[in-house]
Parts: sequence; structure tokens; C-alpha cells
Amino acid sequence: MTTRHTRIENLSRRDFLKQGTGLTLGVLLPTVPAQLLAAGAGPGIAGSGPVAAASFAPNAFVRIGADDTVTVIAKHLEMGQGAHTGLATLVAEELDADWAHVVVEGAPADAARYNNLFWGKAQGTGGSTALANSFMQLRQAGAAARSMLVSAAAAEWGVPASEILVREGVVSHPKTQRQARFGALAEAATRQPVPESPTLKDPKDFRLIGRHAPRKDSLAKTTGQATFTQDIKLPGMLVAVVAHPPRFGATVKSVDDSAARKLPGVVDVVQIPTGVAVLAHDTWRAKKGRDALKIEWDNSAAWRGSSAAVVERYRELAATPGRPARQDGDVDAALGKAGRVFEAEFVFPYLAHAAMEPMNCVIRLDADGCEVWNGEQFQTPDQHALAALLGLKPEQVKLNMLFAGGSFGRRAAPNSDYLLEAGHIVKAIDGRAPVKLVWLREDDMRGGNYRPLYLHRLRAALDDAGRPLAWSQRIVGQSILTGTAFEPMMVKDGIDATSVEGAANLPYAVPNLQVELHTTNAEVKVPVQWWRSVGSTHTGFATEAFLDELATAAGTDPVDYRLNLLDAHPRHAAVLRLAADKAGWSAPLAGRDGMRRGRGVALHESFNTIVAQVAEVSVAADGTFKLDRVVCALDCGVAVNPDVIRAQMEGGIGFALAAALTGEITLDDGQVVQSNFHDYPVLRIDQMPAVEVHIVPSAEKPTGVGEPGVPPLAPALANALFAASGKRIRRLPIGDQLKA
Amino acid sequence: MIRFTLNGKPVSTDLPGDTPLLWAVRDGFALTGSKFGCGMGLCGACTMHVDGDPVRSCSTPLSDIAGKTVTTIETVGADRVGAAVQQAWQKLDVVQCGYCQSGQIMSATALLQSNPKPTDADIDAAMAGNVCRCATYVRIRAAIHEAARTLA
Repeated sequence: MTTRHTRIENLSRRDFLKQGTGLTLGVLLPTVPAQLLAAGAGPGIAGSGPVAAASFAPNAFVRIGADDTVTVIAKHLEMGQGAHTGLATLVAEELDADWAHVVVEGAPADAARYNNLFWGKAQGTGGSTALANSFMQLRQAGAAARSMLVSAAAAEWGVPASEILVREGVVSHPKTQRQARFGALAEAATRQPVPESPTLKDPKDFRLIGRHAPRKDSLAKTTGQATFTQDIKLPGMLVAVVAHPPRFGATVKSVDDSAARKLPGVVDVVQIPTGVAVLAHDTWRAKKGRDALKIEWDNSAAWRGSSAAVVERYRELAATPGRPARQDGDVDAALGKAGRVFEAEFVFPYLAHAAMEPMNCVIRLDADGCEVWNGEQFQTPDQHALAALLGLKPEQVKLNMLFAGGSFGRRAAPNSDYLLEAGHIVKAIDGRAPVKLVWLREDDMRGGNYRPLYLHRLRAALDDAGRPLAWSQRIVGQSILTGTAFEPMMVKDGIDATSVEGAANLPYAVPNLQVELHTTNAEVKVPVQWWRSVGSTHTGFATEAFLDELATAAGTDPVDYRLNLLDAHPRHAAVLRLAADKAGWSAPLAGRDGMRRGRGVALHESFNTIVAQVAEVSVAADGTFKLDRVVCALDCGVAVNPDVIRAQMEGGIGFALAAALTGEITLDDGQVVQSNFHDYPVLRIDQMPAVEVHIVPSAEKPTGVGEPGVPPLAPALANALFAASGKRIRRLPIGDQLKA
Repeated sequence: MIRFTLNGKPVSTDLPGDTPLLWAVRDGFALTGSKFGCGMGLCGACTMHVDGDPVRSCSTPLSDIAGKTVTTIETVGADRVGAAVQQAWQKLDVVQCGYCQSGQIMSATALLQSNPKPTDADIDAAMAGNVCRCATYVRIRAAIHEAARTLA
């Protein structure tokens, strides 16, 4: 493959003399396949090297080599959120390892050992659970290994285990001045009994948790050495680029592939349920082959709706009662008696995840089963889906979990869409070559599985003190989980918990509170999926923007208004106070020439983490605006890796800002309008505000941070824009609404 | 046959001239540090240096590269500025998913090579072509200042 198209050329002596420079002419060797093959025998390969020969592996999560290397086997995907660093911190803390000697590798697909403890028997990453579900499990894994190293040293030195100390990878006995590094004890430790319930540290003795443990993936990711799915190249591998139908549900009527097949480098063209795949020796020629296909599509089963019509239809539904997700008191009676009813409609578009690494995977079929290389987020569902397609047992589907170039939820696809597409392709060529499926940006942008379009209708009445007496919220949109394997668990009485989360658990004291849901899957056929912070992407905005309207109506400061309703939720109140204090909420904003300035606040709990953000904006006379600064406070229980937490808040704010400003996937006659970053703009550096993050000190069990930074940003921004301009934002993205 | 210099070594390829430099380097020369993100020069994940200037290799055809000198993330650390940028990135733990960071580092290195003491506005102007979906921009800005400090 490589050698067929390129060759490394040594300069001739004449060329050398002519140029007068450079004598050592090395050979450019493909480094990735070498790494891959070396590590292929071990579990996962995310960022890892070959397994050391003599090693101590007391459990599924830690392995200590004779060379002192402590390998932590991470059961969760590293997609940027810092999971590998966080999981390694837990093991290293209880092990008293030397952080510099800790490396991390991705676990294989094996739900018996690597299930997500919050998900029963399923293995996967999502819902900001990686650190939270692993907290005790991985501390115990580290403590067990430490205990065995200590036992080994005690036996070897003939001293009581109670007199042995462990610190930064060194086991020592001060009385006899003996010491040994982990590596020297690894072999002896394998012969020690595994303790059933090893003693965990008192948190006051933590040396890594709560402090700065540098990220484990920084070096590889700053030198181009990190291995992503896109970088995998197997011997004989073909690259597949697929022509997908222009509408969801459309199929191939006829295909003329004669021109594509004539192109050099194109090896095969196969029809699959999701389109037509062109297989070539390299990506560019696969793309050219795809472009040369002439396909007639059958749109008879295609969904041909449009975003505008969906909104109209949802507005009709919102005027009618939905299924109740929460009912406190009697909302209808309270609203009926109220002198004034406040009302607002909020509209949220479809959103693409648009991870930097477009969806892709590598798949190989052989006599023993199938092997996949992927930024693997959803091992158990993917294993079952591929096994069913290929006629294999789930355990015959080996999944290598690589770094993911972002996901934001996309790689945890309940329909295993891109993996199954790759499975169909490799099946169509009878497994005669490994296949790398590459979605180009346009395929990814138009590939569906979007954050659903939602419409919310809110109504409220205030009591004499201006506090909410009644709150009615109707949510209309597609359910993410209806029709998937998760429906039995997550959809109860017609209520998809992910459609109403963040609204049905509104923390504010409201005596008459009702949340209703209309699920529209029967009529709207756009493929939808969770998107970083899931239901809270829309419920967080609707609740916090509407509450701000009520505070304004009551003539009360927005922070005070919220605090007055949070008596039953002291952690929420503490987070809100911290954000307000650090932002200098009570002091006026500094003026800026020709600009109207404003501050807004929002508070939202998602995935058991409470986040408040104060946004500061400048609005120009023509309606253009800039988000200048965000002050963020959060309570996520024990802050295991404070710097990773800060990074996730910074990143969550930027991710949410992109959606708030310009994020929108539009459907027109069933076709996705947007295709790439020119018409689906994402955040750029000049739009990024200054960010300050403050963490509430806590001894509570840790909760997730990958998603909870997202929900408060858009409402805080919208509330700040109102403070500056007097205009309410009730539809996202904000776009040019302030210019009107 | 197109000849150019890749990471200090003369190379040649018989890939067609319309092949983007990115795919030639990734699939042809098996250097995978430079990433595919958009194919239209919109995201900067594929940024390489061509004769010292940052270019979007996904939309630069091989035919434009003949006789030129190409540097990728794999060897940018051999340059004093490139090394300082990488070290600043590591010191501040800029990366999250990391997919865009090769391109970010190539753009930042080119900025500091031409402007050793950039302001925030200079950084915004030079880096606005590089998308980071994880939005690590606060730290990218800080790391560029940090690298400038260590180089001063």
C-alpha cells in the first residue's frame, strides 16, 4: 500500500552536492502499525505500549511491571474529558504509586470485568459517570495491589507488614533501612493472597486526589503520537467512503458504479443498507470513487419534513395537555385563579455533535470473529449489535478502545450506526480485507443522531410576594430512547426520563408545579441521540431563562430571587452564592465605550453536579455582542482532579456557547441543509470568553464534570443579554436576534 | 512523480497531483499526527508548515508542493520555537480530546516564529482558523503566552 504509491528516496551524490546539506537520510517508517501490532495482544491500545514480560496484575485494573511501570487499565473511554487521568489518579492514590511511572491503557470489551457500575451489566462511558462509578472500585484496586506489595516486602525482609511504608512507588522499612521499588517486588507480590477488603486511606492522607496530577495524555497529544481511530492502518486494509442517501429512510434504487470502478486505487464498490460504499487503497481515492458514483435514490420511505413545519406542529401539541412527568399541587386551579399569567415559548433546534474526529472505525473479520478499532464508548450495545449482524457471539467481537477525537455523546450511539455500517461493508466483501470506514465531515454533519428539536411552553403565576405560585411546563419533542434497547429501562409510562430531566426535578420551591411531555417519535423520523448534557441542553435553558423573567416581573434581583426558593437545597444555594460572590454580582459592571453591558446568572444541576455561571456581556448599538467573561462555580463532591474539573467547565462553556450563538441543524424537505463548518459554525478562539472556575470544597462522593458545565451557559448568556439590551431570547441559536 | 522535502528528508510520490498533501502524508507516508477534520480548510486540524508558513494541508494539492519543504507535528519539536510550544502545552495541560492539537501547535509555532511576543489580539487573529471542539481556547491562549515567555 504505502510502498506502492510512495518511496523514500536517498539523494544521489550529485543532488547532495548540489544542495550541500543533509547527509543522514533516515527512512520514514510507519510507526503506528508497529505500535498497534505490539500492543495488539494486550487489552485495548489507547496510548499504551507492549505489555511487560514479568508483571504483577492483582486485578483487572492494575498491572505493575518489573520496570516499575504501573499500568492502569481504564474501563472508560478517553474522549477529552480526562477519564484516563482521573481513573489513574484513583488507583495511584491508594497504591502510593509514583505518578511519573503511571501509564494508562484502554480496557477491552468485557462487561463481566469492566461494566459501568451505574449501568448494571453494561460496559460503556456516558452520563458523566466515569469517575463517579469508579471512585470506590479503583481505589480498592489500588489498595489491594499496595497491600500485596507490602505483604511481599514483609515476607522477603522478615519484618511486620505494619511497619512498612509506601511512598511514590517505593516500599520501605525504616527500622531496617530496607527499601525496594515496586518493580523489584512485582514478581513476589503475585504470590501473595489478594485481600478481600483492603483498607482505604483516610481522605486527609490523600496525596494525589484533590491535588494536581498532570494529564496522562498530554505528551502523546502534543507530539502527534496519540493513536486515534483515524490513524489505524492494518496490513491490506481498505478505506471505505460511503454515499449516503440524501434523506433519512431513503434507499438505493439503482447505482451505476462503472466510472468509480475504473478509477485507479478503487478496489470494490458494494451496496449496503445505508448506501453505497467505495473501497480503495487510501482515503482520497475512496472519496474520488464515491464522487464518481451515479445513484438514483428511492425516497418512498423517506421522511420529508422540515424544521419549520416541525416547530409549527410542536406549537399545536404544546397547546394540549401532555403526559405528566411531575405534578405537585394543582397547577390548573392556581393558574385559573391568578390575576396575571406569565407565559413563554422556547424553541431549540436540532444540533449535530460535530466532534473534530468524524465518525469512523476499523473492522476486521476472520475465522475467530471480528475485531474493531474505535473510539469505543458503548462496548456492550456495540458488541451485541455487531454480533447479531455478523452471526457471531458477543464475545467474538473484540473491541479495541482508542482515544476518541471528541464525542459529546455521538460515539455512544444506541443504534450503533457507524459500526454497523462498517460491519455491513466488511461482510459484503466476505472479510477479505480489513476495512476502515471514514465519514468525511459532510457525512458526519448529515449523519443524523442529532440532539432533538424541542419546543417548551411555560406558564406561571406569582404569589403576593412575587414568588412562583404555579409553574406549568410542557415539553414537546422526540424521545431519544424510544425504540432503542434502553426503552424498557428509561422510558416509564410514556415518559423518557432524558426528555424531562432538568425540568421534572426543578429545585425551586413552587407549591403548584406540573411538567408534561409530548413525545413525537410517531410522526417525526429524524434520528436523534443524546448530546453533551442530554435533556439539560434544553430544560436548563427553558427553566433558567423563564425564572429570570419571573424575577424581573417580581422586581427582585435574579440571584436573590433564586436563593429565596432554595431553602430545601443548600448545596444549590451555596454554589449560586459562590458564583455570585466571585463574579462581584452586587457591584456594577465597568462601563465600556459605546457598549451596553449586562450580567446574567443561571443555576442548573445535571448528573448530580450543581453548576452556577455568571455571564458578562457587551452589546454594541448594532446588536452585535461579545460574551466577555464567565464566572463558574460548581459542587461535584470530592474534587479528584481539580485542574481537569476546571478544564471541563472551560470546555463545557465553550461548547455550549457555540450552540447558543450559531448551532442549528435545519431540515428542509427531509434534507439536512448544513454540511460543514462554514454553515454549522463552531466556536473559535476569538469568541471564547475569559473563564474563572471555583469549586465548592466537599467531602461528598464525587459526581461527573464532563457534561454539567454545559447547561447553565446559554441561559446565563441570554439573561445577561436581557440585562444589557432589554430583549429576551426565547429561541436558540441566538444568531442575529439582537440585531432585529 | 512529485518530489518534496518532508520533515527534513527528500521524498517522492507517484500519487496523483490533485491528492491533498494531508492524505499523501497520512496514507502515503504514514505520518498520522496531522489530522483530517473538514477537508475544506475550515478547521485547521491538518495544519502543516510549507516553506515555514502554516497551510491547511487538506486543501493543498500535492502538485503545489513540488520542490517545497514540509514540516509536520512529528518533527516540529526539533525547532526551538516548536519545542517551547509543545512544552507550554504540556505544562498547562491544554489538551482534551487532542485531535485538533497538532494543528493548533503548528499554527501557534508559526505565529511565534514570526511574532515572538503576540498580544491576545494577535493570537486570536493567528489562531482563528483552528477549531477546537473541546474549546480549550483559554489554555491555548495562555500556553502561547507561556511559550513566548520561555523563548524571550
